[in-house]
Amino acid sequence: MSRIETTFQQLKRQGKKALIPFFTAGDPSPELTVPMMHALVAAGADIIELGVPFSDPMADGPTIQRSSERALAHKVGLKDILGMVKQFRQDNAATPVVLMGYANPIEAMGYEKFASQAQAAGVDGVLTVDYPPEECGEFLACLAQHALDPIFLLSPTSVDARVAVVAKAARGFVYYVSLKGVTGAANLDLSAVKTRLLKLRKQISLPIGVGFGIRDGAMAKAMAEFSDAVVVGSRIVQEIESAPADQVVARVGVLVKSFRSAMDS
Amino acid sequence: MQFYDLPDARGHFGTYGGIFVAETLMQALEELKLAYEHYRFDPEFQAEFTSDLKHYVGRASPVYYAKRWSEHLGGARIYLKREDLNHTGAHKINNTIGQALLAKRMGKKRVIAETGAGQHGVATATVAARLGMECVVYMGSEDVKRQSPNVFRMKMLGATVVPVESGSKTLKDALNEAMRDWVTNVDSTFYIIGTVAGPHPYPMMVRDFQSVIGHEAMTQMPELTGRQPDAIIACVGGGSNAMGIFYPYLGAKEVRLIGVEAAGLGLATGKHAAPLNAGTPGVLHGNRTYLMQDENGQIIETHSISAGLDYPGVGPEHAWLKDSGRAEYVAVTDQEALEAFHNLCRFEGIIPALESSHALAYAAQIAPSMDRDQILLVNLSGRGDKDINTVASLSGITL
Repeated sequence: MSRIETTFQQLKRQGKKALIPFFTAGDPSPELTVPMMHALVAAGADIIELGVPFSDPMADGPTIQRSSERALAHKVGLKDILGMVKQFRQDNAATPVVLMGYANPIEAMGYEKFASQAQAAGVDGVLTVDYPPEECGEFLACLAQHALDPIFLLSPTSVDARVAVVAKAARGFVYYVSLKGVTGAANLDLSAVKTRLLKLRKQISLPIGVGFGIRDGAMAKAMAEFSDAVVVGSRIVQEIESAPADQVVARVGVLVKSFRSAMDS
Repeated sequence: MQFYDLPDARGHFGTYGGIFVAETLMQALEELKLAYEHYRFDPEFQAEFTSDLKHYVGRASPVYYAKRWSEHLGGARIYLKREDLNHTGAHKINNTIGQALLAKRMGKKRVIAETGAGQHGVATATVAARLGMECVVYMGSEDVKRQSPNVFRMKMLGATVVPVESGSKTLKDALNEAMRDWVTNVDSTFYIIGTVAGPHPYPMMVRDFQSVIGHEAMTQMPELTGRQPDAIIACVGGGSNAMGIFYPYLGAKEVRLIGVEAAGLGLATGKHAAPLNAGTPGVLHGNRTYLMQDENGQIIETHSISAGLDYPGVGPEHAWLKDSGRAEYVAVTDQEALEAFHNLCRFEGIIPALESSHALAYAAQIAPSMDRDQILLVNLSGRGDKDINTVASLSGITL
């Protein structure tokens, strides 16, 4: 059984929902990435979504764009990030790690090379924003061969036929984008998300996570009531951006703890 | 007559093209594809498009024999397809009229666009004004600086110009920002992409709207010269003017098709915008194509004197035409383009756009080694009034 599947089953037994924090590998500096991952786990993260920085993050708002720029200023590439995951795995064998990013860094490395090295490093899932299922057959085959789960997005604009395509290709969990917009946007409509999620359940048997625009514990708690997982990204990246370098890991830990306790309350 | 029937149903030109976007845009692209497939062969739509091109744009654009310049160079006779004489001063308006008519039929009241040199932004603002649509144009803040006359033009036409401060602050970043707007306002908004790039159906649709250039030339050249040219030369940034003039000629194998990229300070310096000459395939802005990128797959900053060519990617159909060998792709430097710019001013009384000057420069390179009875057709894609500040400051003059 995959780490992602095991995690969701354990949470279900405990009557809890998954908290999935996101941050960009290499932000604010490459040395802090592995300590940050451990701090997230200590604060109650169930799965870590590790951003792979890209020069042209079309689906991201200004906050995550800036985090990509900070990471790229340190020349952090996909190969370095796989090294970070490997290092994380030396002290943590249980928490799933999902890489989230754009197609081109993977294209540049090559599908087979990426998939085999990601598996060896201990990566569990891969979310590639601009690879819709229709365009990545060969890539999906490589991921399957190396026991990596392809995570796909669904959005308020996904019609039933598209949901079916994604349901067929996805493994691990499905990530529902809660709003029409970029990461960090502020136009979230809770009841619309709820209605849609109930409908999606009829087509999707995998756990469904919700993300985009979740800014505080109360919102996370509300989302957790009808989803299986809550993804928090821009809010964490904001904390990274505003905290002094020597406090950033601790500050992010405190923030993630507040999301955890709100969701468990 | 066509030499192939590409793209396929999902927008592929061989391994290039396709639809590489976030899920939120997939349905919007599907709707656009269906609408375009319908209106593409709708006689009423085509009649309105053709009528607008005639009465509003002023088509057909003439073909002009640059006699004095040709004689100065010695060798082949050089003809110019005068897209600079179109309303708004470039070929860009052919496409924005087509897409705006489609937007109107799809019930969209708001259009957005990205722009580099500002020509596409002006062409979009123009059609939006005419159809009473709200218009927002994204433009890299670097380009806002170097193309200030076009920025003012767009504002006069009622558009909102949003300077983009992220990344390299040029065309690619404007495209990213326009995509972000579209994701957010996907229900109300039609995204008018200005070149033959982006996700399917844009590369095909923009090519089709621009192919009026090549269709006219196919009729005009035999009328003027008794035959088709030996070679057609066009500049390539994203590649819409080149695709527009190449496409009808793809089946005419005796006609060489030559795309000219921006070599900037020289291909060897790395400071250029020539992905077909010095890039590798990858995925950016919704399609797979040749890109300027580093070993980690990060897009690298480009350089060209011409804002309209300052783009790290290129339309996927050009990528395919390069690999298949049907078209050739070369590059000329800033310096060579500038020289051609000045020569066309002095010998023909025509101020060309710096973009088009790249095509002119390559014609000037090969014409002397050709015979007098050989013919080159250069797509003069735009006029250079927008570039006078750039050219003046290079000569140490402040206007």
